Amino acid sequence: MKSVETEIRFKLNGREVCLTVPVTMKTLTMLRDKLGMTGTKYACGEGECGACTIKLDGQTVNSCLMYAVDCDGRELVTIEGLRTPEGLNPMQQAFVDHGAIQCGFCMPGMIMQADTLVENNPNLTREEAQRGLEGNLCRCTGYTKVLDAVDAVVEAKKCCGRC
Amino acid sequence: MQEITTYLAPRRLDEALQAMADGAATVLCGGTDLAPQTESGARQYTAKLLNIRRIEGLGGIETKGDKVRIGAVTTISEIRCNPMLAEIAPVLVEAAEHFASEQIRNAASVGGNLCNASPAGDMIPPLLILDASVELACWREGAVQTRLIPLEGFFVSPGKTVKRPEELLTAVVFDRPAADFVGKFRKSGPRPALEISTVSVALGACIADGRLSNVRVAMGSVAPTPLRARHVEAALEGKPLDAATWAATIAVAVAATAEDAKPIDDVRASAWYRGHLVRVFVEEVLNEVRGN
Ligand SMILES: Cc1cc2nc3c(=O)[nH]c(=O)nc-3n(C[C@H](O)[C@H](O)[C@H](O)COP(=O)(O)OP(=O)(O)OC[C@H]3O[C@@H](n4cnc5c(N)ncnc54)[C@H](O)[C@@H]3O)c2cc1C
Ligand code: FES
Ligand code: FES
Repeated sequence: MKSVETEIRFKLNGREVCLTVPVTMKTLTMLRDKLGMTGTKYACGEGECGACTIKLDGQTVNSCLMYAVDCDGRELVTIEGLRTPEGLNPMQQAFVDHGAIQCGFCMPGMIMQADTLVENNPNLTREEAQRGLEGNLCRCTGYTKVLDAVDAVVEAKKCCGRC
Repeated sequence: MQEITTYLAPRRLDEALQAMADGAATVLCGGTDLAPQTESGARQYTAKLLNIRRIEGLGGIETKGDKVRIGAVTTISEIRCNPMLAEIAPVLVEAAEHFASEQIRNAASVGGNLCNASPAGDMIPPLLILDASVELACWREGAVQTRLIPLEGFFVSPGKTVKRPEELLTAVVFDRPAADFVGKFRKSGPRPALEISTVSVALGACIADGRLSNVRVAMGSVAPTPLRARHVEAALEGKPLDAATWAATIAVAVAATAEDAKPIDDVRASAWYRGHLVRVFVEEVLNEVRGN
């Protein structure tokens, strides 16, 4: 279907972006097809699986449901934006260290969600992590190692006092 | 298929209402219903797409005197994390707690949940037992006009409400519940998260002198619209909480569910199973209210 286009400006992983999008385009399509940022994954396209999870003004959302026009004036972080100058961020590294990744398709969304959970609650319990990750489906790992990785990040942050 | 010719994201309510005045605007809030419905073709856009999330004063949770007001664009996460609601209307927080996933809760709005008018909308039964009303606004005769509709009379059929196309739902309001009001919510689905309710039940009552009063019971997914279960309410009004008669009180209330709940068979559950769940939930919430 044809629809009018509009210009939007937002911050993506710390950089200003300005582009024109059809007003019904979803943020996921904009990221992948317009901006070539293919880290964020498309799986169900209807909010059920969390593969497309991104951070928007500090909170996670399903980018497959979010209208790109609604990014205007806001701040987005995708999996590409987690990387630090030193390399993987602690959550990414913990997933690697704990063997929490198998095929990896769910992982960009899973890690965005896990990272945000810990960021918003440095004392996250395993049960809270489990509840917080309810919107992220993984057909490979069985979740146990995912939760181990999240636990490890919470513990590490506690002992080095960086939180 | 309609081509969208205009996109608007106004900052002021009057601008939004003027744009809606011809009845040809599709309202976009969190998009968690609108996106899947339009992608699947179940719903068509109209000529204008109107994003209401930039309108000032349309969000937030506040009390004025004994009125509580939740702005239409308030997200389910904001309800879930609101300390004031946790204190005065915990049943809303409880419903928000069991709503979809965190990602959805961060986007989904209470106004969208009401306007989508699904029989399974999870914020509806708790708001029904709080005796809430919705505030509808439109632009008429050069000014913003508002009307207040009791939530119970808002729903017409699945996806249909009494809201006119030129009207915007601006807030949901209810009286601060009495100090002795207790409300409980139950929903069911095959798994705890990301589940459209097979059946939901909310029950609220004032508890004073060992008796139930002001009993309000609401149900979701048992009829074309969420409803107040007036027969169950009548069966419970004024009933004592003492151990000797409690089992009989539950039995009468459970039996009365058959008068209120008229469930159907569909992909999610059979009518028989829904009827059964309603009976179980009414008993469970009653015991919880009594235990409180
Ligand atoms: C994966 C998934 C899981 C879900 N789980 C649940 C669940 O557990 N429980 C539940 O109840 N729902 C659930 N939903 C449905 C949905 O998330 C909710 O109904 C949500 O509250 C809709 O809000 P929104 O802001 O996203 O609405 P939108 O999609 O933006 O709008 C919904 C409808 O209301 C209209 N509208 C929105 N706001 C207004 C307004 N202020 N005035 C007039 N019209 C308006 C829109 O035009 C549209 O027709 C789920 C959806 C998905 C995709
Ligand atoms: S692709 Fe967005 S939730 Fe599955
Ligand atoms: S690692 Fe394969 S889906 Fe999660």
